[in-house]
Amino acid sequence: MSASTPDISIKLARQEAWNRPPVIEPEGEGELLELAMGPHHPSTHGVFRMDVLLDGERVIKLKPVFGYLHRNHEKIAEGSSYLASMPYTDRLDYFCSLTNNWAYALAVEKLVGQQVPERAEYLRVILAELTRIQNHASTIGFLLQEMGASGTPLMYAFREREKILDLFESLTGSRMMCNYMRFGGCRVDASPAWLETARKIVKELPAFVDEFENFLRTNEIVMARAQGMGVLPPELAVNAGITGPMLRASGVNYDIRKVDHYGIYDRFKFRVPLGDHYDIYDRYMVRMLEIRESIGILEQALKDIPAGPVMDPKAKIRGFRPKPGESYGRIEGPKGELGFYLISDGSPNPYRYRVRPPSLINLTVLEDMCLGHNVADVVLIFGSVDIVLGEVDR
Amino acid sequence: MLGEGILKGLAETARNFAGSFVSKERLTTVEYPEERSPLPEASRVFPFLLYDGTDWEAGMRCVACQICEKECPPKCIYIEKSKDKKPDYVGKPQIYPARFEIDVSVCMSCQICVEVCPFEAIKMDTDFELSTDDRFGGLLYDRKQLARSNEYYHSIHPTEAAEVDARLAEEKAKVEAKAKAAAAAKAAAPPATPAATTPAAAAPVSKPAPNATEAESK
Repeated sequence: MSASTPDISIKLARQEAWNRPPVIEPEGEGELLELAMGPHHPSTHGVFRMDVLLDGERVIKLKPVFGYLHRNHEKIAEGSSYLASMPYTDRLDYFCSLTNNWAYALAVEKLVGQQVPERAEYLRVILAELTRIQNHASTIGFLLQEMGASGTPLMYAFREREKILDLFESLTGSRMMCNYMRFGGCRVDASPAWLETARKIVKELPAFVDEFENFLRTNEIVMARAQGMGVLPPELAVNAGITGPMLRASGVNYDIRKVDHYGIYDRFKFRVPLGDHYDIYDRYMVRMLEIRESIGILEQALKDIPAGPVMDPKAKIRGFRPKPGESYGRIEGPKGELGFYLISDGSPNPYRYRVRPPSLINLTVLEDMCLGHNVADVVLIFGSVDIVLGEVDR
Repeated sequence: MLGEGILKGLAETARNFAGSFVSKERLTTVEYPEERSPLPEASRVFPFLLYDGTDWEAGMRCVACQICEKECPPKCIYIEKSKDKKPDYVGKPQIYPARFEIDVSVCMSCQICVEVCPFEAIKMDTDFELSTDDRFGGLLYDRKQLARSNEYYHSIHPTEAAEVDARLAEEKAKVEAKAKAAAAAKAAAPPATPAATTPAAAAPVSKPAPNATEAESK
C-alpha cells in the first residue's frame, strides 16, 4: 500500500457520507438547496461549518464539518513534559479552563499515585463550581441571543461572569487561562480576603439567577421557539455517548459528581436536575437549575473550607517519571464528561495523551436533532448543545 | 395572558436602565482608554528579568541555568551562556546569560518559567499594552528590554516581592555565616571552599528544589 492510500480513502468516505440519500424524503417537487453554514457564520460559536441540504426551509440532511481550529494538542502533549501540557489544557475549552486543569491533574495524580491536601480539594470544588456557573450563564446568554434577543440577555450573563472572572484573576493571575492546578494540589493559596470576596459574590448570585430567569423564562417567543424543538430521546442520547446537561435534559440521571465520587463531591448535598421533554427548553432549564445547585455546593464548600497547605510538600510537579502504566481521569465538566487518558512508558513525557472532549461527542447527534426543522431552528438547536470549538478540534 | 412574559422581561430591562442612573452597581462597563479598572496583584502578562541595584547588567540575577528554556511549553525563551563569570547577589562568581531573548508573540503567559526558576530571576509583568507596528522584531525582546529593577517588581507585586526579598536575605545571611565559619576554620586550618552550596541548594520550602542533573538529562 502506498503512503497516500489512507488520505484518499478518508476523502472517499467523506464524499460517500455526504452523497448518501437524505434521511427525510423531500416534499413537493422543488429543487433542493445545498448550503454551507459557516465557518464564518456568527451563530457557530467559532469556526464550525454545517453542510445542510434544504427542501425549502426544511433541513433534510446535515453534516457537521470541523477541524478548522486543529492545533495538534494531543501530539504536542506527547512531546512535552507533564507540567508543560497543563497550560495547554486551558486552551481546550477556554470558557472553563479550571475544570480542564482539574481533569488533567486528576489523570496525572492517578498515574503517579499522588494525594491532594484537604484545602486544595475544597478550592478545586469552589473553582469548578464557579466555572460551571459562568459557563452555564454565558451559554444561556448565547442561546437567547440566537433566538433574536440581540445582546441584552448576553449582557446580563456577562455582568455576572465578569465578577467571577475577576475572582479568578485575583487568585490565579489570569481571567481565562488560569493554569492553576498542579499534580498534588493547587499553585497558590487563597487568601482570607479572597474567600471573603467569593462568599460575597456567591451570596449575590441567587438574586442574579432570579433576575435572569424573570427576564426571559416565561417569554412567549422563547417558549414558542424552544419547546418541542430539537428533541433528543434518552435512548439515542445514551447510545451516542452524550454527557452533561444535554444527557440530563434527556431525562437520564447521570452525573459524574454523583457516580464517580471524584474529589470530595460526596460530602456535599446537591440534586441533579433532569428534563422530561428532552427539548431545547429543557436544556435551558436544566442549566438554570444546575446554576442553583452549584450555588448550594459553593455555600457549603465556602463554609467548611479547612486551613492547611494547598500543595502536598512531597509532590513533584516537574522532572518526574511515572511508572509504566495508564490512567483515566474524568470529571463532570460544565459541558459533560471531560476525560484525560494517559499512558506512561516510564519517560518524562506521556507515551499517549488523549482527551475525551464532551463538546465533540455531544455534537454527533446534531443531525438527528435537526432533521425536519427549519434553518432558523438549526441555529438554536446547535446553540443548545453548548460547544466550544477549541475543544472540538483540539 | 399572552404577552405577559414579554412585559415581565421588559420590566426587568427598564428597572436596570432606570437603576443605572442612581446606583453605581448597575453600571458595569468601563470606558477603557480613559478609565481603567485596577489590576489585581496576582495579575500576570509576560515575563521580565529581575536585577538588583541600579546597573541592569551587573545586577542581573539570572545565572543562565536554562531550566526555564527547557520547561517553557511553547519554547519562546532563548538563552546563551556567557564564557566568563560575574558575582551574583551573594558575591559568588556565576555564569550569566550572554543572550536572553523572549519572543512575547509566542509566549502564552503561563508562568511556568517563574515557577521553575530557582534563583527568583524571572517574574511576571503586568504591562499588557505592548502593541507595536513592527511585525517581526518588535515583540522579540532581548535581555536589556526584559530587565526590570527590584523596585519595579515591588511596585507591581508588593506582597510577593517582599516574600522573595525576605527569602533571599535569609539565604544571603546563611551563606555569609557559612563563609565566616569557613574563614574562621581557614584561619586555623588549610584552605576550605567557602559557600559550597548554591543559594538554590538550600531552597525555600514553597519552591521545588531545583535538580540540575535531572534538568540536564531531559
